[in-house]
Amino acid sequence: MAEQQGGAGGTLSSKTLTSYLQETPPAGRISTTNRFAFLDEATKMEIRRKTLKAVAIPGYQVPFGSRELPIARGWGTGGIQLTLALIGPEDIVKVIDQGCDDSVNAVNIRKFIQQVCGVEVTEKTAEATLIQTRHRVPEEPMGKDQILVLQVPIPEPLRDVEPSEQETRRMHGEADYSSIWLRLYEDIVAYNEITIGARYPVLVNRRHIMDPSPIPRWDVPLLHQSETLYLFGAGREKRIYAIPPHTEVHPLEFADHRFRVERFNQGCMLCGATDTYLDEIVEGSTAQRFYTCSDTAHCRARQEQQNKVVAP
Amino acid sequence: MAYVAVKGGREAIEQACRLTEYQRLKGESERISVAQIRDQLGFLVDRVMGEGSLYAPELAALAVKQARGDTFEAAFILRAYRTTQPRLGYSLSGDTSKMRVIRRISSAFKDLPGGQVLGPTDDYSLRLMNFDLVNEDEQANRLAIKELLTEAGITTPLPDTFPKLVDLLRREGLLEETDRSEALISDITRQSLKIPASRSAALQTLSRGETGGLLCLAYSNMRGYGSVHPTIGELRVGYLPVEVSHPHTGAPYCIGEILVTEAEIISKSYNDAENPKMTLGYGLCYGHNETKAISMGVLDRAIQSSGPGSPSEDQEFVLSHVDGIESMGFCNHFKLPHYVTFQSDLDRLRKTLEEQDNG
Repeated sequence: MAEQQGGAGGTLSSKTLTSYLQETPPAGRISTTNRFAFLDEATKMEIRRKTLKAVAIPGYQVPFGSRELPIARGWGTGGIQLTLALIGPEDIVKVIDQGCDDSVNAVNIRKFIQQVCGVEVTEKTAEATLIQTRHRVPEEPMGKDQILVLQVPIPEPLRDVEPSEQETRRMHGEADYSSIWLRLYEDIVAYNEITIGARYPVLVNRRHIMDPSPIPRWDVPLLHQSETLYLFGAGREKRIYAIPPHTEVHPLEFADHRFRVERFNQGCMLCGATDTYLDEIVEGSTAQRFYTCSDTAHCRARQEQQNKVVAP
Repeated sequence: MAYVAVKGGREAIEQACRLTEYQRLKGESERISVAQIRDQLGFLVDRVMGEGSLYAPELAALAVKQARGDTFEAAFILRAYRTTQPRLGYSLSGDTSKMRVIRRISSAFKDLPGGQVLGPTDDYSLRLMNFDLVNEDEQANRLAIKELLTEAGITTPLPDTFPKLVDLLRREGLLEETDRSEALISDITRQSLKIPASRSAALQTLSRGETGGLLCLAYSNMRGYGSVHPTIGELRVGYLPVEVSHPHTGAPYCIGEILVTEAEIISKSYNDAENPKMTLGYGLCYGHNETKAISMGVLDRAIQSSGPGSPSEDQEFVLSHVDGIESMGFCNHFKLPHYVTFQSDLDRLRKTLEEQDNG
C-alpha cells in the first residue's frame, strides 16, 4: 500500500466536483448532520481497511489518518472514529465511561452518536451490538455478535520505557521487549510487587506486546480467548489495533511472580456482588470507605433481580 | 447510607452548555459581529486559520466568536469543521516568488534587489496604551484613511513581484541546495505522521502547529539549547496565488489567493567540512503571523540536524508536540473521571505498603 499520497499532480477532477455538488446539503441545513455517521465515506473506508489489518495482525498498532471530530483529542476520538466507521442504522449502541452509562463523557459521546446516526441506544450490555467504552470491559460476558470499542489514550505499551516512537516501532518489529520485562523485574526488586495499576501490558497472540488501554487489571483476563472482537482506537496518536475473538492474550508475568488483579475486601454496597470491579467511595462526614460496582448497568440489573429499590 | 451520584450526567451537561452560553451573553455591551472580528481582529483570525489549518477568514471569525476568543478552541472548531468537508483535490505547488507582497524585509543585507518594504508592522510602534481607542472618533478615522490613500497614490506603487533573496545566494553557490527528491508530497491529514518524517510532512505539521508551542521550542533553540544561529534571509507577507490544473484542459488555473507569511531562515552549516555552505530553514503559515513563520523556519532547520543535541533538534520531539488541538485536548482530558485507574493504582500502593510491612 502506498504510504504517501499527495498532490504532485495537483488535479481537480470534474468527477469529484460533481460528487461534491451532490453532497452539498440543501440551503439552511448544517452539512455535518446531512451524512450518516458524520465521517465521509472515504474516511470510513480507510478506517475499516485499517481495522481489517489490525484484526489480521492481533495486537499490532496500525497507523491511520485520524480525523478531527467536534469532540476534543484525548476525549475518545479514536473510539468514536471506529464506532462511526462500523456503525449501521440497525446497530444498537451502548456507551460507557468508567463502567458507567451516565458519566458525563459517556453521555456526551452517546449524544453525538445519536445525533449523527439516529440509532437506538441501550444501557443493557446484552442488548447492544456495539459498545464503546473508556477504561472498562463490561462485567457481563459478551457474545460473538457484539463488538467492544475501547478508547485509548496512549497506544504504546513501551512508552514508559522508551519515549521515542521511532524506537518503539523498531522494538515491536524485532520483538525486542527486554526493557519492559526489566521494568517489571526492577519493580519486584524495589517493591516486591509490580506497581502497574491499570494499563497492564499484555502479550497478544504470542507476538505483540499491547497496551490494553487503561482498563483495570481486573478486566485483563476477559481479553483472553474471548467470544467478542475487541477494537482499540487512539485518535490523538492515530493508531488502531485489535484483539480478534479466540486470541491468546496473556498479561506479562514471571513464573515466580504471577499477575494479580485488584483485591477488594468487601462487596458492592448496593447489589452485594463480590465478583465485580468496585469503585471506592469515601463518605464525607465519617471518612468511612465503602464500595459500589463500577459497572452500573450490571449492578442495577442485579438489584432489580433482588427486587430491591434501585438506587438513583 | 450515603447517596451515590451515578445518575444525572445528561442533565448536568445540558445545564453546563446553557451556562457557558450565558457567559457569552451576560455582558450588556453590543453583540460583536463576525465581520467586526474578521476586519478588526485580523491577527487573531489569521492565527486561528493557521492552527485550524483551513483558510477561511469568515469561518475563523465565527469560530473566534463562538469560542469567546480562546484561540485553542477556535482553531479546534475550525479543524473539526474541516473534517466534514470533502477533499476535492490538490492545488499545484505554490510559488512564493509570485506573491503579491505587502511586506518584505531581509536582515541579512542592508539593501537587496527590490528593496526593503516595511509594510504594515507594529515592530516600530511604541507599545503605549492608546486611550484614543476607548472612544474612537469615526470622523477622524475616515479622514486618516483618506489622507493615507491620497498620499499612497503619489508614491510609486509596489511591483507585482519581488526577486527572492535565497535564489541570489543559491546562484552564487553559497546556499545548500534543497532536497527535492520527494516524488510525492505527503498529506498528513490522510496519512498519520511517520518518523522519520518526510520534509513535506514535517513542514505541514509545523505549519499548522500552535504559535506558542512553536515559539517556545524555537526560542529554546535560539537561546542556547541548540545550534541554529538564525539570520532572517527574507521575511515576506503577501497574497499567494493558488493554482489548480484545469479539470478539462489541464492548464494551470488560478482559483484565488491567500494571505501568507513566509520566513526563510539562513543558518551557518558545518554539514560538509569540505564544502561549507549556508543552510535554509523554511517557515510558511496562513495569514499574517511573523512570530510563527520565523519560529517554524528555525525549527525546520533545527530538526534537520544530523545529531540532535537538544529537544528542539529532535524531529520526533518537535513534530509530536506542536499541534495545539492535540496537546490542548490531551491536557484537558485529565479532567475526565479516572476513578477506575486511580482505584487500580490505590490497590497497587496499598499492596506495596503491605509487602513492606511484612518484609
